[in-house]
Amino acid sequence: MPKINSLLRILPLCIAALLPAAAQAQSGTLNTIHQEKSLYRNILVTEDDVRRCMRFTITEIGGQNQSCYFLDNPDKLVFPYAKMVLTSLLVQDNPQRILIIGLGGGTLMHTYSTLFPQAEIIVAEIDEAVVSVAEEYFAYKSTDKIKTVTEDGRLYIKRAGLRNEKFDLVILDAFNGDYIPEHLMSAEFFEEVKKLLPANGMVVSNTFSSSRLYSAESQTYAQVFGKIFNIRMANTGNRIIVASQQPLPDKATLEQRAAAMGDRLAKFDVKPAEMIRHIKTEPDWDTKERVLTDQYSPVNQLNN
Amino acid sequence: MSSALPTSITSSRQNILVLCLAFISGFIIMAIELLGGRILAPYFGSSIYVWGSIITVFMLSLSIGYLTGGRLSLHNPRLTLYGSFFATAAALLFPLVFWGDAIMEAMFLRIEDPRYGSLVVSMLLFFLPTAVMGMIAPYSVRLLVMDHQRSGQIAGKLYFISTLGSALGTLATSFYLVLWFEVNQILLTMSVVLALAGALAITVGRNSKAAAPVYL
Repeated sequence: MPKINSLLRILPLCIAALLPAAAQAQSGTLNTIHQEKSLYRNILVTEDDVRRCMRFTITEIGGQNQSCYFLDNPDKLVFPYAKMVLTSLLVQDNPQRILIIGLGGGTLMHTYSTLFPQAEIIVAEIDEAVVSVAEEYFAYKSTDKIKTVTEDGRLYIKRAGLRNEKFDLVILDAFNGDYIPEHLMSAEFFEEVKKLLPANGMVVSNTFSSSRLYSAESQTYAQVFGKIFNIRMANTGNRIIVASQQPLPDKATLEQRAAAMGDRLAKFDVKPAEMIRHIKTEPDWDTKERVLTDQYSPVNQLNN
Repeated sequence: MSSALPTSITSSRQNILVLCLAFISGFIIMAIELLGGRILAPYFGSSIYVWGSIITVFMLSLSIGYLTGGRLSLHNPRLTLYGSFFATAAALLFPLVFWGDAIMEAMFLRIEDPRYGSLVVSMLLFFLPTAVMGMIAPYSVRLLVMDHQRSGQIAGKLYFISTLGSALGTLATSFYLVLWFEVNQILLTMSVVLALAGALAITVGRNSKAAAPVYL
C-alpha cells in the first residue's frame, strides 16, 4: 500500500509541526532528520530551530520525546526530570562509579561526565539502535571512562552483583512512556540494585507519577530501602525516587548543601535551592498498596 | 458385516466432555506460554531472543506431543488414557512452580549468553508439560471421529473449540489473571484444573467401559 505509506510519512511532519512539544511551543518547522526501526521500537531524531530530540514511537506518529538538547547550549537540561535527577546530588555528591540503566540520548551521561570527569560511568542499554543513534546524533561516545553495555539492565545488575561490584550511584532511566518491563519494577530487582550500593550509595529512579502504579511502585521502594525521597513537579508526568542505604538528610541539611553548591549546576539550568521544595519526604501514596514482586508485577495494567 | 451406523468411541455426552477438556487444554497451554515471558524475565531479561526461545520451545514441544498423541491413539483409544494426559500434565507443572527459580538461577550462573540460557531453561521448564498437553489434540480427534467422511469436520470443530480456549487463555491471563494473582498461584490453579479434568475423564471412561461399543 505505497500511497498510504507515503501519506503516513508526511503526516508526522505535518502533525509535529502543529503540535506543541513537551513543555514549550515549537518555533519554525520540525524536521525528522533520522528515522530507524530497531528490534524494540521506532526511533526518530527530530530537530527544529531550538533543539534536537530523540523520540520513541511504536507507530510513525506520536510518541514522546525521550531526550532533547538545546542546539545553542547543549549543557542546559531540557526536561524537568533531568533537573530532578541532578537534585539528588544534594543527597550524595561526588560519585566515582556510576551505573545508568537506559541511555536515551545520553543527556544524563553527558551531564554526569561533565560534572565528574574522573568518574567511571557504565551505561546499560538493551537496544543497540539507541546506542548507535545516540552516537551519531547526540555526540554520545564511549571512552576509557564511559563504557556502554548492550544488555538488559536487570541482567547487567544481576551479574554485577555476582561479581560483588559496587556503584556509588545507580540511575534507573529505562522506561519510555509506552511500556514498562515488569522485571525492572519488582522488590527482587530493587534488592539486586541495593546489593550494588556501598555504604553511602544512592539509587535515583526516573519513573511515573500517576495511577495505581504510583502507589505500588513507591511502596515497593519503601519496603526495600525504607525511607525514600520523592521528587515531584507540577509540570511533568515524571517523578524521581531517591533511595539510599543511609538515612536521607533532613531539610536543613539539604538547604545547607544547596547553599554550598552555589552556582555549580547553573550551566545545566538547575537551581538546587529552588528544587528542594519539590522533594517530598513523607509518603504521599497509598501505603497499603500491594508491593510488586517478580511473582506479581502487573505494571502495565496498573499504569492505565 | 454390520449394517449399523458407524459409532464413535465416545457417546455424545462424552463428546461434549472431550470438547470441554480440549477447550481447557487450549486455554492452559497459552496461559503458560504467556506466563513464560514473565517467569524468565528476572533471570534472562525480556529481549526479543527470550520470547523467541519460549515460542520455539512451545512449538517444538507441541509438535512432539502431536506426533506422540497421534501414535498413542492407534492402540485402544480410550477416555481413561486421555484423562491421564491431563493428570500427567498437572504433575509436570509442579517442577516449574517449585523448582523454577532454582533451575533458572543455576542456568543463569552457568550460561553467559541469555539467548542460549533462555533456550535451555525453556526446554527444562516447559518441554515436558507442553508436550504432554500436545498429545491431547490428536487423541481428541480420534475419540470424536465417527467416520473418515466427517473426520475433517470433526477435527475442525475440535480445533475451533481448543483454539477458542487458547484465545481466551491468552486474554484472561494477560488482562486479568496477572493483575489479580501471583504467577505461581496461576500455575498451581491450572495444575489443579488439569488434575480435576483428568480425574473426570478417567472416571467417566472407567464407568462407560462396560457399556461402550468396541470400535475397530
